[in-house]
Amino acid sequence: MIIELREITKKYGSVVALDNISLTFEVGKIYGVLGANGSGKSTLLKLIAGLAKPDHGVVTVEGVAVSRRIASAVSYLTEIDFFYPNFTVGQYIDFHASQFADFNRDKAIEMLAFMKLDVRKKVRSLSKGNRGRLKLVLALSRDAPVVLLDEPFSGLDVMVRESIVRSLLSYIDFEKQTVIITTHEIEEIEKILDEVILIKDGQIMAKENVEDLRESSGKSVVGWLKGHHR
Amino acid sequence: MSEDFHASKPIYLQVADRICYSIVRGEIKSGEKLPSVREMAVEMGVNPNTIQRTYAEIERDGIVETRRGQGTFVKNDPALIASLRTRIQTEVIETFVENMKEIGLSRTEMLAAVQQFLMKQGEAE
Repeated sequence: MIIELREITKKYGSVVALDNISLTFEVGKIYGVLGANGSGKSTLLKLIAGLAKPDHGVVTVEGVAVSRRIASAVSYLTEIDFFYPNFTVGQYIDFHASQFADFNRDKAIEMLAFMKLDVRKKVRSLSKGNRGRLKLVLALSRDAPVVLLDEPFSGLDVMVRESIVRSLLSYIDFEKQTVIITTHEIEEIEKILDEVILIKDGQIMAKENVEDLRESSGKSVVGWLKGHHR
Repeated sequence: MSEDFHASKPIYLQVADRICYSIVRGEIKSGEKLPSVREMAVEMGVNPNTIQRTYAEIERDGIVETRRGQGTFVKNDPALIASLRTRIQTEVIETFVENMKEIGLSRTEMLAAVQQFLMKQGEAE
């Protein structure tokens, strides 16, 4: 078990984002966190990344209580589409390499080639799809034990989504890394998930192994979700 | 990528089926090495843990063997292809017969229908 959340409550003002939830994550698995906007998905990732503090409860990564310093063990892809427009792709790689000791430059170069991104191009001139690809390259180039991807597919077309799925399969180290992805695009990634977690109104509605779901109920995650929404 | 899978059956079994079909069709030869778990995962677009399960399953079935440090190989056994073909054949017939029963056909009617179909197809070719 690499990540543990124990009796976590998180409020923003009077709004309860997460309501007394407990969850554990195991090494080498890919988790999908599903839920509507405002369900608490992003808050969950921010708590693991040390970007938000719980009002109650403890989050641990590799047995260590999470603080802002957990960034050395956690690679985090934000859902926000923000870059410094004057940086080139290459400068972004340099910047991240300077910030994270576990940044693997060889892996980054390989992924850039795979994603057909030109290091000399300024971020300003990149399409939305290519900005999404660059974000993923930056997040996956770190040899961090935990990789958190907040809505990596949001607003991207099918081609880009496919290249992201493929690079996840090619570049994650399944012996050592644990990946948590929040998404709406379940159809694209259900084949690569080990487990799905369904969040609604700050509570965990269900946590299931994707293959067990098919075996026991004869349902894909999409079919299962429909049952839960009724 | 983007292989399509049915919702009602675990993906690891569907991948196993595909490997068996490839062996029967001769696309994968006996004694041949299968792609590594990671390669197969990328090719099929599925989680490597799923492929791991597929390989374990077909190893249990005696279709492949894992050699330490070398990978997973299709067994070098001439009887293997024949038995796999029989297995797949039985599965196909089972589904067919089930469907025919559902629309109320008797055994003789089924046989006659198949014969007639094959004859027509023969004429067309």
